[in-house]
Amino acid sequence: MDWLTRLLAFLSNAIVNIGAWLQGVLTGWGLPEPTAHLIVRAVGALAVGFFPLVVVIFLIWAYRKIAARIQGRLGPNSSGTWAGPWGILQTFADAIKMIVKEDIRPQGIDPVPYNLAPVLVVFASVMLWAVIPFGPGGSLIGTDLSIGIFYIMAFASAALFVFLMAGWSSNNKYATVGAFRAVAQLVGYEIPQLLAVLTVVAVAGTMKMQGIVGAQNVIFLVAMPLTAFIFYMASLAEINARPFELLEAESELVCGYFIEYSGMKFGMFYLAEFMNSVAVAAIFTTLFLGGWRGPWVDQAPILGTIWFFIKMGLVILAWMFIQITLPRLRIDQMLNFNWKFLTPLAIVNLCVTVLVNKGITEAFPGGAPVWTRAGILLFSNVLTVLVVWGISALGRRREERRAWRVAQATELEVTA
Amino acid sequence: MLEQFTFVGLLFLVAALLGTLPPALAWLLRPKKPHPRKSEPYECGIYPHGEAWVQYKAQYYIFALAFMVFDVEAVFLFPWALIYNWLPLYAVIEGVLFLLLLLGALLYAWKKGALEWV
Repeated sequence: MDWLTRLLAFLSNAIVNIGAWLQGVLTGWGLPEPTAHLIVRAVGALAVGFFPLVVVIFLIWAYRKIAARIQGRLGPNSSGTWAGPWGILQTFADAIKMIVKEDIRPQGIDPVPYNLAPVLVVFASVMLWAVIPFGPGGSLIGTDLSIGIFYIMAFASAALFVFLMAGWSSNNKYATVGAFRAVAQLVGYEIPQLLAVLTVVAVAGTMKMQGIVGAQNVIFLVAMPLTAFIFYMASLAEINARPFELLEAESELVCGYFIEYSGMKFGMFYLAEFMNSVAVAAIFTTLFLGGWRGPWVDQAPILGTIWFFIKMGLVILAWMFIQITLPRLRIDQMLNFNWKFLTPLAIVNLCVTVLVNKGITEAFPGGAPVWTRAGILLFSNVLTVLVVWGISALGRRREERRAWRVAQATELEVTA
Repeated sequence: MLEQFTFVGLLFLVAALLGTLPPALAWLLRPKKPHPRKSEPYECGIYPHGEAWVQYKAQYYIFALAFMVFDVEAVFLFPWALIYNWLPLYAVIEGVLFLLLLLGALLYAWKKGALEWV
């Protein structure tokens, strides 16, 4: 039974142990310690970089299958040419087909941004994964940067430049309009997203991703549901999921900013879209669902990674359901939702949360009990929602009354 | 610090590889049969009419201006949020006052009709 306990001990912290084993092998070959360490880090970077790619390949299949089930279709399956059981190899077939497709370049394009955009869009979405914590400790995260969440926000907003490059350089009206919309939408929704992140940073007291996970003795979804809501809505807009899918808008803009791309370049945009969705799910899990935290993580750190993936999967499922069932907003509705609802709400939420949290710290000199703090924060959130709802209802009633009065006046004039 | 950013540098290389490899592979494998008809800009089958680089609505400028204000504000607020736990109450209230000023500016822009899409 000795080997069994040893196997279990190895498996309980498998990823870290594989890294340590690799380091041991490399130093055993006579490599100096820093070089061996660098090589282990490089292998880690490869794993982190290819992880979203592998997830996305199966996610695209799962998305198409689930979308088909919800909409009463079959989706990819094995009838016709064989693509594995339940069509599971469909994505590979699509990828091969995209690679061997002719690349049609429209006349009058601006070649440098046109060719650079598909490269950069994948590049930016891979870079996001450097600071996502997959498990406890310093080894199950790419690197625990002191500016963690700020780094993520920086690379997340890089998508905007790519969309503008692609849309503007394509020499196509649909693409140009798509690029304008991209600017209006992504730029606008960055603000509530940033404000929600600020709320989390203030309450957690750190920008380190592991620190934010460590601060969640009560997960922030429970303590600050309003912040989570604001962040999730803004993120949906940032990855242009369906209610905010104005950049692509198949029925008006055909394909939006990447209309002139074909073959593998189109594939890159498609890939990056899914990668960003996975990244947003991972970021939401880290910020609001407690990341890798869960029962028995102390005994077996590998469980932390499993918890992380389970939570991330649930967030992805939620994204899929929203994306598949909701219709698209109009551009003025999209802008109103951001500038007249989400942004003021995010500012008020930040003010209230920060003040209430400081108040709790002042009121309990010895440190507030975890659940007391979470409960009071939750209560303040509910109160904020009620007050904002009340104010907007009052405003709406005033507006209606004014409209009614104007109608009355014109009616009198007409009858007179 | 350097140790931390080494990984970012390594991931930079991996990300650049992932970004360039599929297009490069496609460039090697794909057929190249250009034709003037194929390379016309797509416009639902009709011949494209006029410039693609159309003038855009001035409305976008106003939203861009509003965005600038809030983005700069976020940069100011990140350090404040980071040391929030060590700040005394009055410093927190100062930050909140700053935020409320911005909220006032947003409400003013709203009242002036800058946030209407026409």
